[in-house]
Amino acid sequence: MSLEENKKPTEQNEKKPPKEILLRVFRDNRQKEDNSGHRYDTFKVSTQRWTTVLDALLHVKSYQDSSIGIRYSCRMASCGSCGMKINGIPRLACYTKISELQGDTITCEPLANFPHIRDLVTDFSQFFTHHKEMQPYIHNDMSEISDMKKLSEFKQSPEDVDKYLQFSYCIKCGLCYSACPTVATDTKFPGPQAISQAYRYVADTRDNSTKQRLKIVDDRHGVWRCHFAGSCSSVCPKGVDPALGIQLLRGHLLSFSKNEKKIAQLQDRSKNSEI
Amino acid sequence: MAVSEKKEEELKSIISINGNIDRNNREGLRGWLNPSRYGWERVSYWLQRLTGIFLLVYFIGHVYETSSLTGGLDAWNAMLQLTQTPWGHTFLLLVIGTSTFHSVNGIRLIFTEAGRGIGKPGRPDYPYKAVSLNYRQKSGIWVSLILAALAMLYGASVLFGGD
Amino acid sequence: MIRESQIMKIHYVTGIAALFVVAVHIIMRLIMPFNMSLNYTNVIANYHNIPYALLLESILILIAIHGFNGLRIILLELRQNTFWERGVTFFTLAAMISVIAYGTRTIILASGL
Repeated sequence: MSLEENKKPTEQNEKKPPKEILLRVFRDNRQKEDNSGHRYDTFKVSTQRWTTVLDALLHVKSYQDSSIGIRYSCRMASCGSCGMKINGIPRLACYTKISELQGDTITCEPLANFPHIRDLVTDFSQFFTHHKEMQPYIHNDMSEISDMKKLSEFKQSPEDVDKYLQFSYCIKCGLCYSACPTVATDTKFPGPQAISQAYRYVADTRDNSTKQRLKIVDDRHGVWRCHFAGSCSSVCPKGVDPALGIQLLRGHLLSFSKNEKKIAQLQDRSKNSEI
Repeated sequence: MAVSEKKEEELKSIISINGNIDRNNREGLRGWLNPSRYGWERVSYWLQRLTGIFLLVYFIGHVYETSSLTGGLDAWNAMLQLTQTPWGHTFLLLVIGTSTFHSVNGIRLIFTEAGRGIGKPGRPDYPYKAVSLNYRQKSGIWVSLILAALAMLYGASVLFGGD
Repeated sequence: MIRESQIMKIHYVTGIAALFVVAVHIIMRLIMPFNMSLNYTNVIANYHNIPYALLLESILILIAIHGFNGLRIILLELRQNTFWERGVTFFTLAAMISVIAYGTRTIILASGL
């Protein structure tokens, strides 16, 4: 795809941005002893065609109110730090241009479904705990490295990589967790990110503990509490499509999906027995 | 085995910053209320739940109303007096519409939730549109809504058409 | 104990099966003019037809299982402590059995009349 073709979707969707917008920022500090509850502070910011919400927030922080709590790092949708609710929908602030949004008032709130720390900053510990529960690392009991003669790399074809590659693009920004209707009420549900990472390892041909991984998610509050509302995939900024991963994982549990790794194992076994 | 004890302890200890168990600023039931924020699949989830609950309530009521048969002709006719009214017919129309939507959408969900019809993993590229939210399975939602409307129209012609 | 995946497979199977039997039940209401179809004698005649009575019993069981399991799922997502989860499971199971029992009583009595 050429650069011109890549530009076309945004240019078609962009309208001329307002020169000046009103930025409404959620302010609250739970750690303060005399906390008086939350409020919204409004700031006037003048914008250009390319101004992102993060640019606007940092402008406000630099020139108008330096006490705004905001988390950001790479400014290019790569680290996942600046997730927040912008006009009601979870988005990355660095990846959302003012011109993409409707209206002259932009409301910035902290991500829902995460414990709130201060202003636009939320706590990600539970999110990471759920991720760790999925054992997000390759399990392969054939990879014993004590016998140096047997030591070799895992072979993986490009087709094998494509089976899980898009799920490995997850930047753990938490937008999907914030959008999910099940996470909104179910404290034990791991969330779309964790479950799609479980699928990422099930689909990886280097991993051979599918049964164990399926046992982890086959739970009353596991993969079965997803109802394919698709909100996770509609907010994901990296095209990870967690909903796809979750439904494919469920396909494995329902025996709908071909268990290609099992087929490959059986084929190997029959080839070896012929030799 | 559900959440292990160790995990429960971990979760409890990090659940709140200000000391009490606050449910993490979760949206709660209010998060279920506005499905139009996130597209058609969210709307279908919302409608499937609503229609499911409505149909369950209707089902319990239906089992109860048909039990008036055991009371003999008088009990049955008394029940008919109550239900064969314009309001009764309108309610039945709602039942027809909701059951059609719930069934057709349910079949769509059985396929998509098992991984069929939602595409294959690949290499995402800008603008990073999700492959699972494709028109093929999305159109299933529209078909369910259209069939529900058609069923309601047919039902209206039978119930109110005078026969 | 039964695994969640087994419960969900039952949920899907009862859903699809219920669709077919309910379709037959609805068609029975349409094979004669609607008002006549609710006539006491006609309804009792239907119940005396044993295959139809069995069809009604199967609708009762399938829909009760599917519906109350759905309710269980919705309620489980609302709160997550042991008391609530046990209570919801027990309540939906009890409600399912009572509705099936009550409906079966109607079918047996009506078919015997």
